[in-house]
Amino acid sequence: MYKIIEARFLAENVKLFEIEAPKIAKKRKAGQFVIIRIDEHGERIPLTIANSDMEKGTITIIVQSVGKTTTKLNSLEKGESLLDVVGPLGTPSHIEKVGTAVSIGGGVGTAIAFPTAAEMKNQGNYVITINGARTKDLVILEDEMKALSDESYVTTDDGSYGYHGFVTQKLQELIDEGKKLDLVLAIGPIPMMRAVAEVTRPHGIKTIVSLNPVMVDGTGMCGGCRVVVDGKSMFACVDGPEFDAHLVDFKNLMNRNKMYAKQEHDALEQYNHECKLDKKIETLSD
Amino acid sequence: MQQLTAKERMKIPRNPMVEQDPNERNKNFLEVNQGYTAQMAQEEAMRCLACPKPSCVEGCPVHIQIKDFILQIAEGDFLGAVHTIKQDNALPAICGRVCPQEEQCEQVCVVGKRGEPVAIGNLERFVADYEREMNKVEIPAVGSSNGKKVAIAGSGPAGLSCAKDLAGMGYDVTVFEALHQLGGVLVYGIPEFRLPKDIVAKEIDGLKQMGVKFVTDTIIGRISTIDELMEEEGFDSVFLGVGAGLPWFLGLPGENLIGVYSANDFLTRVNLMKAYKFPSEDTPVLQVEGKNVAVFGGGNTAMDSVRTALRLGAKNAYIIYRRSEVEMPARVEEVKHAKEEGVQFLLLTNPIQFNGDEEDWLHSVTLQKMELGEPDDSGRRRPIPIKGSEYDLDIDISIIAIGNGSNPLISQTTPDLETSKRGTIVVNEETMETSKKGVFAGGDIVTGGATVILAMGAGRKAAEAMHKYMSDKA
Repeated sequence: MYKIIEARFLAENVKLFEIEAPKIAKKRKAGQFVIIRIDEHGERIPLTIANSDMEKGTITIIVQSVGKTTTKLNSLEKGESLLDVVGPLGTPSHIEKVGTAVSIGGGVGTAIAFPTAAEMKNQGNYVITINGARTKDLVILEDEMKALSDESYVTTDDGSYGYHGFVTQKLQELIDEGKKLDLVLAIGPIPMMRAVAEVTRPHGIKTIVSLNPVMVDGTGMCGGCRVVVDGKSMFACVDGPEFDAHLVDFKNLMNRNKMYAKQEHDALEQYNHECKLDKKIETLSD
Repeated sequence: MQQLTAKERMKIPRNPMVEQDPNERNKNFLEVNQGYTAQMAQEEAMRCLACPKPSCVEGCPVHIQIKDFILQIAEGDFLGAVHTIKQDNALPAICGRVCPQEEQCEQVCVVGKRGEPVAIGNLERFVADYEREMNKVEIPAVGSSNGKKVAIAGSGPAGLSCAKDLAGMGYDVTVFEALHQLGGVLVYGIPEFRLPKDIVAKEIDGLKQMGVKFVTDTIIGRISTIDELMEEEGFDSVFLGVGAGLPWFLGLPGENLIGVYSANDFLTRVNLMKAYKFPSEDTPVLQVEGKNVAVFGGGNTAMDSVRTALRLGAKNAYIIYRRSEVEMPARVEEVKHAKEEGVQFLLLTNPIQFNGDEEDWLHSVTLQKMELGEPDDSGRRRPIPIKGSEYDLDIDISIIAIGNGSNPLISQTTPDLETSKRGTIVVNEETMETSKKGVFAGGDIVTGGATVILAMGAGRKAAEAMHKYMSDKA
């Protein structure tokens, strides 16, 4: 069992967990992930490690409720436990000093970008961070990102906070201003990552994305997480999760990620229905 | 014991395995084979000629004293028989179910020269089940602790048998497993209807009672490297039984369409994660009920996959194999069971491409007919495409079951471990010792995809060599 030491919402449906996992905390590097399973009926889902604290022996994950598992996960509180946490998985980010490095996070992707952005800074890069969200309430890790950045921007789609527009518009402005960008890391919804790739492609700016396809074991055994990169099948769990954005077949990735959409939808509906019933029973017995 | 002449023994017909009715079992996940009764087992044992030089023992990869245990069964000493088996085979209830006896002990059985061989596998299974069901399983004596620590990576057949022997010798054994459940391929790969998970769990319980420690959710290579195990965590020797575990794909256009699974993905979802109980279990699998399912390959994993698809309600379940039935690597029994259950075999047929819709959902497979030419490197006749024979078959789900390569996690993180071009770990075949001092390996990570019994044999061979290595070192 892996105890939850800290749990708090960062935004609506986005929750931060610090989980006791001392060995993983010691070993993990930026860009790596864990696979968790909540209980004995649970599915195995991959989650990027956002941070770790070696002294406390904890890792931090940031979870957005989407389907049943993430919704159930986000209902857990401090003091409760996860049945399984395995990792660190995946190939760590390969970050060197390149000059100016841009970290772009979309929504909960900001949490995933955070450790790599920190590593960019550690390596002595001039770091620009662009953190996008749909609206002000969904902006996360603003202070943390600001603290490690030489320049930091927050964008909101609806203009309720920061720059009014998409992360790609801000990125385009930076390029148009004549800033020489040497590396772009983009993590977020697939359409955002694809859009970033198209902004940087004509300028030949090296662009890295971190992919989060459906997987089971995370060790290369199932092959469910395969993505098409440069026309070849790669396994996100062992060959990735980071890949050259200009070589990724985003259309196939987007479609494959919808593979279980129907099942996920049904499971979530049933789960929400059961939760409502539970609450009803609680109120009746009060 | 009733004294019979050889002629009389030869006249006793082989006792067929009791099986669930095909039209029942293809709708459930309960075990297909139901096992012998005591009477059937004794009668079957009477068929053994007790050859002075039993060829069956030579035919067994781990040289079980087959003649001796069959004689014990004939005398009604079922527990004595299982003890005889356990001298050479740590996991008889498992091997009695999944060993390809027809290519090993039973193939060379003298009775089989004139009729059907003695059902050695069924007898092995019977005594192992008898012992378990009667609660007579004896936990092997454990030697006094010698204070030495052994790490075993992987809880499949190789790791389990290695752990058992070393624990018996008094070593402090820890088995590390990457998944959340113990048993490796025995639980994620082989389906319940062929090997019930309870049986695997019982074997593992026995090891726990011997003092073997099991740690799940632990990927050696990632969480601890082999050097760290030996230098920082105080392990005197390490055994790697991590399995093959990197599925091969066909490399055809459309292979990343939705609906194209590796057998590992499909079977792990259904077996280990119990997706057939979705949504009360959280892991989904694509809807199989009422769909057309094609499995590519001719081995046991292909049979397991296609029979699993049938049980999930597939409308049509096909095995598509590029050679003919003779060349199929699957056990004869598995092919027979699959046919009885309604699997359709499209032989001498090879896929060319997978076809999907705008949203990448698989809807059909383009197939091509083949004919057999001259034998190839494997000694089997090479399949040659017949030009102009291409056609499309409507398929919703495809499962690729053409084998596994070597998982690179350990070799990537252990640079001084010698591997072959195929990625398998190179060992001294006598001792299973790798190029790295104190590190031994066995099972599929050494041989490539093979059998449970070979993995088990390798685990035991390594245990003996590890014992010698650690004794010499002291």
